[in-house]
Amino acid sequence: MDLEWSSDERRFRDEARTWLEAHLAEWKAGHDGDLSGDTRDGFARHLVWEQMLFADRWAVVSWPEAFGGRDASLWEWLIFEEEYYRAGAPQRVTQNGIFLLAPTVFEFGTPEQQAHILPRMAAADDQWCQGWSEPNAGSDLASLTSRARRVDGGWVLDGQKTWTTRGAFCTHLFGLFRTDPESERHKGLTYLLVALDTPGVTVRGFGRLDGDEGFAEVFFDEAFLPDDALPGGVVLGGEGQGWSVAMATTSSERGLTLRSPGRFMAATARLIELYRSAPDDPLLRDRVTRAWMKAEAYRLQTLQTVTGTVEGRPAGAETSLVKIWWSELDVELHEVALDLLGADAEATGPWSKGWQFSLSGPIYAGTNEIQRNIAAERLLGLPRR
Amino acid sequence: MRFAFTDDQVAFRDAVRDLLAKECPPEVVRAAWPEGEVPGGAKPGEGARADADRLDAVWRALADMGVLGIAVAEEHGGLGMDELNWVLIAEETGYAALPHPFVETVCVAAPLLGRADLADGSATATVQPGRDEPVPWASADVLLAIDRDAWTLTVHDEWEADAVASVDGARQLASVRASGGEEVGGAALAFDRGALGTAAQLVGLGRRMLDLTVAYVVERKQFGVQIGSFQAVKHHLADAALDLTFAAPAVHRAAWSLATASPDASRDVSMAKAMASDAAHRAGRAALQCHGAIGYTVEYDLHLYVERAAALSRAWGTAAWHRGRVGRALEI
Ligand SMILES: Cc1cc2nc3c(=O)[nH]c(=O)nc-3n(C[C@H](O)[C@H](O)[C@H](O)COP(=O)(O)OP(=O)(O)OC[C@H]3O[C@@H](n4cnc5c(N)ncnc54)[C@H](O)[C@@H]3O)c2cc1C
Repeated sequence: MDLEWSSDERRFRDEARTWLEAHLAEWKAGHDGDLSGDTRDGFARHLVWEQMLFADRWAVVSWPEAFGGRDASLWEWLIFEEEYYRAGAPQRVTQNGIFLLAPTVFEFGTPEQQAHILPRMAAADDQWCQGWSEPNAGSDLASLTSRARRVDGGWVLDGQKTWTTRGAFCTHLFGLFRTDPESERHKGLTYLLVALDTPGVTVRGFGRLDGDEGFAEVFFDEAFLPDDALPGGVVLGGEGQGWSVAMATTSSERGLTLRSPGRFMAATARLIELYRSAPDDPLLRDRVTRAWMKAEAYRLQTLQTVTGTVEGRPAGAETSLVKIWWSELDVELHEVALDLLGADAEATGPWSKGWQFSLSGPIYAGTNEIQRNIAAERLLGLPRR
Repeated sequence: MRFAFTDDQVAFRDAVRDLLAKECPPEVVRAAWPEGEVPGGAKPGEGARADADRLDAVWRALADMGVLGIAVAEEHGGLGMDELNWVLIAEETGYAALPHPFVETVCVAAPLLGRADLADGSATATVQPGRDEPVPWASADVLLAIDRDAWTLTVHDEWEADAVASVDGARQLASVRASGGEEVGGAALAFDRGALGTAAQLVGLGRRMLDLTVAYVVERKQFGVQIGSFQAVKHHLADAALDLTFAAPAVHRAAWSLATASPDASRDVSMAKAMASDAAHRAGRAALQCHGAIGYTVEYDLHLYVERAAALSRAWGTAAWHRGRVGRALEI
C-alpha cells in the first residue's frame, strides 16, 4: 500500500490547478453570477468554457492525444477531477457525451466512427444527449417501444424519448431503438446515433424541479436517418446488439466516471466552511462530520477500485453500491447545508440549487432501488424472482 | 499510489482465515460463555466448558503460526510488523468472533511492552480503554489502563476484578480496581491501535453476519419461495453490504496512516472506528430482521456475532465519540 502521489502526479496536479485558476477567472468574468448550464443561455456560455478546456487539452484528459486528450492515467484523471471541483469550475454540459457515450465509442466504434465522433465531441462542436428513457420505459428500459425500421439506405424512426437531459440544447442523441419488430425485451434493440436536426425529429424542452429547462422530450415521426449521416455509419456496435452496447455505458454511469469523488470532496470542503461561518451546534457538527467521512470514504473506495482496474481486477457489481453511496451522500450533504442556513435556505442560491439537483441522484442512472436489486442479486447471490 | 495489500499480506490473512474456520467455529465461541444463567447469555448448561480445550487450542495455534507476535519486535521473539500487516488478520478474528484478547494483546500490549511471553502465547493482556470503563478478558495477566482524558497509560500486573454480566458472555467482562502500576508513554498510540484493531474486527463481524444471513435467506422458504427473493430482504442486505463496502477502505487507510506515522493518524482511526461501528450495527440489525425469530434465540449462532458487534461498537470509543474527534481534526 502506498497512498502518496508520485512527483509526476503532483506536478500534474499543480499544472491543472494553475490552469484552472487562471482560466476560470477569465470565463467567469464574461457573465454575471452563477449560471446554470441547463438553460439555453447558460448552456451556450458553458460551451465557451468547454472550448477553453479543449483548446488547452483539459477537456478529456484521459483520452488519447489523437482525439484531443493528453493520455492521462486513471490516477491523473482522478486528480484532475479533484482540482476541477476544488477550483469551483462549472458543471460539464458535455458530460453525457464524454462520460457515457465516449467509453462506448471507444469500446464498440469503428475507427472511422471514432475519428469523426470523438474529437468533435471533445471540442464541444457536437453535443450529445442520452435517449434511452421513454414515457413507458423507465427502470424497465427493455420494454422500450421506439422503433427503427430498415429501409433502403437508412432507418425510419418512430416513437418518443423523454427525460432527455439538455436535449433541447444538444445537437445529437445516442439512443436505443427496436429494430426487430418481432423481438421482445433485450433482444432486437439497436444503438443509434441521431442528429437532432434530422427531419421528422422534434425536441420539446421542459422544466425540471429547479425550473431550468434541463429535460426534453424527443419525438420521432417517420424520421429518415440515412446510413451515411455520420462517417462510419449511425449504428454503434452492430444491429440487434443495442442492449449489450448500452449496458457498457451503464457501468460508466454508475461507477466513478460520472460522479468522481472530487465533486463531493469539494462540496464537503465548502460545507465545512459554511459550518465555520454559522453558530456552533453539536448536532449539526456531527452531521457535517458524517458527510465529510462519507465523501472521504468514497475517495478511499475509489482509490481501491482504481488500483484494481490498473492491476487487471476491474470492478463488478459493486458499482451499484457506489451509485447508491454517492447519490445518498449528495442529498445528505446538501440537506445539512440547508439546515445550517436555516430559514435563509429558502432563498434560491447555490446550496438550494445543489440540493434540488441532488434529489435526482437517487433516480437517474438507474434508481437506487434498482441498484439495490442488482447488488443483492449479483454481489450477494440472492435469487431473482 | 496503490491502495491494496501485498500478496504476502493477503496470503497471511488467508492462512489465518483457514485456521480460524477450522479451530474457531461457533461452538468454540460458545465454549467461552459462562455456564448457564447469565442474563441474555448461553442457555443453562450450554457454557460447554467441555470444549475448553479447543478454546485454548485456538490461541495456541495462533501463537504457533506467529500471529500473536506479529507486532512484537524481532529481538523479543516477534515478527516486528506494522499495522498494515495485522489489520486484515484482526478482521478475521472479528469474523470468527475469536473469544480471546487479540486486539488487547496482539495489537496494543505486545508492540508496546515488547514482552516475549505475549508473543508466544504464554501470557495475555487486556486493556481498559477509558477511565472507569469495564474491562473484558478479566483473566488476562497484564492490564493496561488508558485514561483518554489525560492520555496516560498505566501497566498493572495485579488488580482486582469483579465479574460483570455482559451481553456477550464470551468477553469475560469485569469492573476493575487497580492501584499503583507503572505509567508508561505512548497512551495515544496504544489507544489508536486498539481502536483500529476493534474497527477491523467490526468489519469482520459485519461480514460474518451478512454471510450467515445470505446463506439463511437462500435456504429458508415462505409463501413457497426462498425468502431471499423478496425485495425487502434484498434491500436490507444490500444496505448492510453498502456500509461494509465503504467502512473497509476507511479501516485499511487508518492502518496505513498508523504504519506511516501520518499526522492524520488519529483522525483516520476515528473515522474508521465510527464507520465500522455503524456498519456492523446496521449489518446486525439486517441480519436479525432477515432471520426472523430463529435469529432471536441462543441456540442459533447469529447472536454470538450480533452481541460481539454490539459490545465492540461501543468499546474503544463510541461512533459518536470518534466523530467528535474527527470533527475537531477538521477544525469544526
Ligand atoms: C435529473 C434526471 C435526468 C435524467 N436524464 C436522462 C437522460 O438524459 N436520458 C434518459 O434516457 N433518461 C434520463 N433520466 C431518466 C431516468 O433514467 C429514469 O428516471 C429512471 O430510469 C427511472 O425511470 P422512471 O422515472 O420511469 O421511474 P419508474 O421506473 O417508473 O420508477 C418509479 C419508482 O418505482 C421504483 N421501481 C421501479 N421498478 C422497480 C423494481 N423493479 N424494483 C423496485 N423498485 C422499482 C423506482 O425505483 C422508483 O422509485 C433522467 C432522470 C432524471 C431524474
